[in-house]
Amino acid sequence: MTNSIGEIPGAGAILIIGSNTSETHPVISYRVREAVQNGAALIVADPRVTEMAKLADYHLRLRPGTDVALLNGLMHIIIAEDLLDVDFIEKRTEGFEKLKEKVAEYTPERVSEITGVAVSDLRAAARAYAAAESAAILYTMGITQHTTGTDNVLSVANLAMLTGNMGKPSAGVNPLRGQNNVQGACDMGALPNVYTGYQKVGDPQVQEKFSKAWGVPLSDKPGLTVTKSMDAIFDGRIKGMLIMGENPILSEANANHAGEALERLEFLVVQDIFMTETAAYADVVLPAASYAEQLGSYTNTERRVQLSCPAVPPPGEARADWEILTDLAKRLGLDWSYSGSEAIFNEMASLTPSYAGMSYSRLADEKSLQWPCPDSKHPGTPYLHVGKFSRGLGQFTPVDYKPPAELPDGEYPFVLSTGRHIFHYHTGTMTRRSVPLEQHRPEEFVEIHPEDAAKLGLAEGDPAQISSRRGEVVARVTLTERVKPGHVFMTFHYHEAAANLLTNDALCPVAATPEFKVCAVNVRKAG
Amino acid sequence: MSAIKLTIDGRPVEVEPGTTILEAARKLGIDIPTFCHDPELAPNGACRICVVEVERARALVASCCAPVAPDMVVHTESERVVKARKAILRLILANHPLDCITCEKTGQCKLQDYCYRYGISESDFEGEVKELPLDDTNPFYIRDMNKCILCGRCVGRCQEINGAGAIDFIGRGFSTIVGPAFGDPIEESSCVFCGMCVDVCPVGALIPKAGVGKGRPWEVEKVKTICPYCGTGCSIYLHVKDGRIIGASPDFEGPVNRGHLCSKGRFGWDFVHSEERLTRPLIKKDGVFVEASWDEALDLVAEKVRDLLNRYGPDSLMGLSSAKTSNEDNYLFQKLMRSLGTNNVDHCARL
Ligand code: SF4
Ligand code: SF4
Ligand code: SF4
Ligand code: FES
Repeated sequence: MTNSIGEIPGAGAILIIGSNTSETHPVISYRVREAVQNGAALIVADPRVTEMAKLADYHLRLRPGTDVALLNGLMHIIIAEDLLDVDFIEKRTEGFEKLKEKVAEYTPERVSEITGVAVSDLRAAARAYAAAESAAILYTMGITQHTTGTDNVLSVANLAMLTGNMGKPSAGVNPLRGQNNVQGACDMGALPNVYTGYQKVGDPQVQEKFSKAWGVPLSDKPGLTVTKSMDAIFDGRIKGMLIMGENPILSEANANHAGEALERLEFLVVQDIFMTETAAYADVVLPAASYAEQLGSYTNTERRVQLSCPAVPPPGEARADWEILTDLAKRLGLDWSYSGSEAIFNEMASLTPSYAGMSYSRLADEKSLQWPCPDSKHPGTPYLHVGKFSRGLGQFTPVDYKPPAELPDGEYPFVLSTGRHIFHYHTGTMTRRSVPLEQHRPEEFVEIHPEDAAKLGLAEGDPAQISSRRGEVVARVTLTERVKPGHVFMTFHYHEAAANLLTNDALCPVAATPEFKVCAVNVRKAG
Repeated sequence: MSAIKLTIDGRPVEVEPGTTILEAARKLGIDIPTFCHDPELAPNGACRICVVEVERARALVASCCAPVAPDMVVHTESERVVKARKAILRLILANHPLDCITCEKTGQCKLQDYCYRYGISESDFEGEVKELPLDDTNPFYIRDMNKCILCGRCVGRCQEINGAGAIDFIGRGFSTIVGPAFGDPIEESSCVFCGMCVDVCPVGALIPKAGVGKGRPWEVEKVKTICPYCGTGCSIYLHVKDGRIIGASPDFEGPVNRGHLCSKGRFGWDFVHSEERLTRPLIKKDGVFVEASWDEALDLVAEKVRDLLNRYGPDSLMGLSSAKTSNEDNYLFQKLMRSLGTNNVDHCARL
């Protein structure tokens, strides 16, 4: 997030696009509600009638996968009606003319055609967003999980810059990260092209710094992304895999493909807290301590680093991941020794400018710190891009709407979107082993519009077979007007009805994110 | 605007205009009892236990609702005040079940604390005790409306903060209760089981199921953790007794959550003690997992990794790090992969 969660209640307008906030980030949805109580205009762009959509002043019920067209349409109106922040555009950005040309093509009428949102709603939403003193955009996977995911993110940034909503409180572009430490994993360099703090592996100075600090030679060639690595197993480039606490079998699009890939590996080691669907494929499984059993730091979606303390001992012989990794590194001839997680944090901070001013004692005394925090006197940074962007001028990047890779047809007439509900989390590794959560929501219910259900002879709770070009699952349906006719929705929490057997592993070409939000399926009564 | 000067229990204090008497007193460390007051909600003045005497005012005033005024002179424990509070407590007690010995709330119940403070052991009122059935069909918490003192904090949290609007005051007079419309069980309401009502209930009317019979508040150690679920980063106290987690509560000073949680953080911690946790290293032999020692398992991993490095080079390895584990774990994971000579490291952030 460019801005902080605590600033949301101060926003004059909030645009939520592709985020079912009240289910995926409930506590953030409380802040949105607070903003609305304070008088903020709320605009929600979502194909489904989510709780946030019900709260919204303007619900833009767009067709799945038409986000870029919608955002271009909003910008078209803002420019046409002269609601832009000229001063900000002149002083802080470049490429405006190109953007203007591009969005000129997206007249409200054309956008309405593509998205299914009424022209009057487009206009009202654009005006409400542009009129606010500070307006915040919140988005989640609904934006990134498309073949056009990177375009979507660029579009969101275009809109924020056009209205000068960067570098000030209660504004900005705010991706709500899905997992507790996604932000931290990225910050720590668990990415194929960067070390900690997004320092590029291809930069010779960076390479030399890390090489010297770690006492080993390092490669300057960017590595493979998780999704690409699955293909690389098939063509024989990847032979062995180490997996720590992830369950790609359930979380990767086209799960069948991921399973076959893991089977082909010469060697797979998984360290995790449970025998996950992925661990079952491993040659060696190492028992890890859970979050409640070790001291460590986590970085939330607003770049806030916090310490989590050990509450109970790990079960049996389970050990903290860092201890396992240290022991393995020693066996592989690396000269590693750490007295504890604090020593690791200190080494990391010494190599990472954005974390350089942080230490366990500061995190304990000050409760939390938001990066960048470059030195030990720095209070941390609640919002980014004040006065200038990290690259200097903010770049407008015109983007065109492209339809999703797979659209419904005669054989597969429905659009399937996947997501989450509030009681389970991700692939359910943890929540489905929580007694109250599992008791409360033990099975998948596919959301389908009552009209569609009637045509298919489906009643509430009936089992249905959902099939795509990649696989099929059986799950019960719930009849609801949350989805439009022609649209069905499933979560990916349940391995017995794994939605990712159906989803399309077509990738966004830049970010390599699978298109989870749109694929074509057929639905019929089962059994 | 300039600060307002007033005197509370003989001590001078200066506060911003708009401050309530309650807040001004707290600034001096004076503890005025409250039931219904919630710093995050609009005051509802329901319970009146917070009354104080203001000189030259005719009636006692509810300190949680009344703003300070210049040169106000306030007495928080005067004879009149104490008498009024005792009367309120006796009234509540008149129809409150007296099963404190086994009540889960014992030790952190405001009703108990204030009765103790004002020496109330029984009620002179011949009250009618309610006999409502427990609402315990949901797996998260028990609602015992016989113990409810109708302070309304749960209703406010549910409507104003969560927005679920699952509960409200229903009925009138003596038969008023808080709950879902038509007296339905909470499981059939729009409740999303965030537990925020449970965490502010001053008495034993809302009790988390997981901890029932497992330990008293004073036996429990509270350990601060960060929620392992979504990226919001709520801070949560895990309640630990004898090496087991028996409950959780929000950190009211949490920099992100300010005492708020959702169902996963509030009730979803028990997977930590699942029977299915992995407790020993496992090596697959002929298709089945066999338990092994750490040395055996790690030696085998090291041998296999070295073998692949020798035969195919470092780029034949791929490492998947985790968006669930700590920064320290992630740092070491990428350091390991890179030290072996490959940048093939990623995690499931995109998913
Ligand atoms: S648990 Fe949350 S949603 Fe349910 S009644 Fe309490 S406050 Fe409302
Ligand atoms: S249930 Fe508890 S919080 Fe709710 S009104 Fe009754 S006493 Fe107050
Ligand atoms: S309590 Fe809920 S909102 Fe807070 S971090 Fe956990 S899952 Fe996210
Ligand atoms: S606490 Fe003031 S009226 Fe209840």
